[in-house]
Amino acid sequence: MFQFESLAAFIAMGGHGPYVWISYAVTLLTLIWLVIAPIRGRRRLLKNLSHQSRSAVTSGEERS
Amino acid sequence: MARFPEWFHRLGAPKTFYSMTGKWLPWLAGAAAILLCVGTVWGLGFAPQDAKQGNSFRIIYIHVPAAFLALAGYYVMAVAGAVGLIWKMKLAHMVLKAAAPLGAALTFVALFTGALWGKPTWGTYWVWDARITSMLVLFFLYLGVIALHYAYSSTEAASKASAVLALVGTANIPIIYKSVDWWYTLHQPATIKLTQAPSMHPDMFKPLLVMIAGFYCFYALVLLMGTRTEILHRERRTRWVADLAKTGY
Repeated sequence: MFQFESLAAFIAMGGHGPYVWISYAVTLLTLIWLVIAPIRGRRRLLKNLSHQSRSAVTSGEERS
Repeated sequence: MARFPEWFHRLGAPKTFYSMTGKWLPWLAGAAAILLCVGTVWGLGFAPQDAKQGNSFRIIYIHVPAAFLALAGYYVMAVAGAVGLIWKMKLAHMVLKAAAPLGAALTFVALFTGALWGKPTWGTYWVWDARITSMLVLFFLYLGVIALHYAYSSTEAASKASAVLALVGTANIPIIYKSVDWWYTLHQPATIKLTQAPSMHPDMFKPLLVMIAGFYCFYALVLLMGTRTEILHRERRTRWVADLAKTGY
């Protein structure tokens, strides 16, 4: 059962609203950053590698 | 040299690990998203409020899981360091490198939410309580491992040094666990113990379990993602990574 009588009461959290909501917001942002960081790193790496291989092909250079 | 079963060797090959774990990611992401959403809504809106602490106690649903994984993550990092040092397994060093920022972020979340929980409950954001201080030490150990990776130009030297630091830092782990019992100061003792029933009402406890499960899935997801990116980085001069970059996948 929902513990709060109204949306306003839910947001206020009986006076503890700021503590609760800031905690959850900062956690959410941290988790989002944790997921995005490796995705961006991977994308950047693959992009650099495909650039390198293309320039290697044009200059006739063999890379192992 | 100890002998490992066949699957261990195969999983230890970065390329095999990369293609194998690629299939796990969507499942882990789905499980983590569902569990974390359900647990958050349940914990914030539907769990009964605490008789003494009121609604500030709802911070427990992120504070405890984050602290759990901050500690479990240190085990992962230390075991990876040991495996990397003893059996010279490259993949283990990559896992260690991926585990460090993840653990640091979760330790930060545990400390931050703990501070915000402390203000309405204890009347202060911070005390030099044994549990809090030892968690701060854990945070610095994670940062130290991250910093060591940047301190060396040679990947191998960086891997070895950070593995040694991770292993030395293991001494802090039992201190964190026992701190609430050895120095009974401000931080409350553990709510959940393997050997005892939880000291919490089931209606409060169930969403916490959901959140812990969600954080575990999330941890596994991000650890795999970080390790996979690190594999591509360290294997960037190999044929299979070059092919991968060409197809753009």
